[in-house]
Amino acid sequence: MAEVDTSGGGKHKKGPGVKKGKKLSTRVDLTPMCDLGFLLITFFIFTTTMSQPTAMRMFLPKDVKNPDEQNKVKNSAVITLLLGKDDKIYYYEGDDPTKMLQTTFKMVRDVVVDKKRRTDPKDFVVVLKPTPDATYKNTVNILDEMTIDEVKRYAMVDISPVEYTLVQKTEAANGIK
Amino acid sequence: MARAKLPRKSTTVDMTAMCDVAFLLLAFFILATKFKPPEALKVDTPNSVSTKIVLDKDVVQVTIDKNGKVYFSVSESNPNQKADILDDINTAKNLGLSAEEKKNFTHTPNAYIGVPFSQLKAFLDKSPEDLKNVILAGIPVLDSNNNEMVDWFRAAATAFAGTKMNVVVKGDDASKYPSFGGVIWALKRNDLMKFQIVTNPVAVPVGTELYKVNVATGTKGSSD
Repeated sequence: MAEVDTSGGGKHKKGPGVKKGKKLSTRVDLTPMCDLGFLLITFFIFTTTMSQPTAMRMFLPKDVKNPDEQNKVKNSAVITLLLGKDDKIYYYEGDDPTKMLQTTFKMVRDVVVDKKRRTDPKDFVVVLKPTPDATYKNTVNILDEMTIDEVKRYAMVDISPVEYTLVQKTEAANGIK
Repeated sequence: MARAKLPRKSTTVDMTAMCDVAFLLLAFFILATKFKPPEALKVDTPNSVSTKIVLDKDVVQVTIDKNGKVYFSVSESNPNQKADILDDINTAKNLGLSAEEKKNFTHTPNAYIGVPFSQLKAFLDKSPEDLKNVILAGIPVLDSNNNEMVDWFRAAATAFAGTKMNVVVKGDDASKYPSFGGVIWALKRNDLMKFQIVTNPVAVPVGTELYKVNVATGTKGSSD
């Protein structure tokens, strides 16, 4: 894309014998500079992290010692999710941990939504119990999942030793170390 | 028959204007970019659909690193509360901190506490440069009989009395649940029932219940 020199080749000649000073064009080809400019723009756009970190709000329930004041939930309306090792989730409905089933973070949405569909919305409760082997990421992801699935009532509870033993046994049976 | 002679036109376009625009945009992007402040603690936060921006005022931050170690820090805009918290801990635990050591925490940007009370004096003696080479023990939270976050939160709640204190938990993806559980336990002990979790924003998955609600109401993400 060379610039055509338009300034030279003048028609009016100075007298014979007069040396013609060659007129050089002052125009510079700006294409490479323009290219460079856009290259830098692209670089800055890609490297800039526009997204600022966001905050997820979390409300803790008050620990109530007196059983009369504790929230009562219907057995049939409860689903308990146990977060295990290796991004695995174990879940059971009602209050019998031995009926535990296994799922993953990809599939847990179906489990929760399915249970939600089968349950009266005003009773529906999800109980989250991270085991000591679950990661922080698992915990936050499952809380986020509650938001995504529009679960209005959920609680994060410490795991009971019985459940933890069950999870560990299942993990051992499935060869998860 | 003679062919109609088309005048030959130059294909060159004047690039000056385009170049101007390119550099104008470049200048804008360079100036508008806010570089991430250098972080003393490297933490990869998990994702969430939340769209609320993290606050930077009146913040008491608990950081959990990838090894599950817990660190305590206060936002830069609250130097008075920072000093009060340390004074409170100093008195309550009889640590005998000197004015110089207190200054190390209250006057250093991005200062954090990452050791048990027993090591606090030695920790505050060190300069930020020295700290980079030291492996810190983290604040003990795992044992409910010796959860020192309880004292830190109590001191913070006292220092922030009258103003709204925002508890922010920033945890690493790889850290295990017990550290986080210990922090929650300490919060509960202080009746601090509300806190925030720092996350990276992601889009709401298409087809989910929240997605449907958002489409219906014309909102994005989740406000919680």
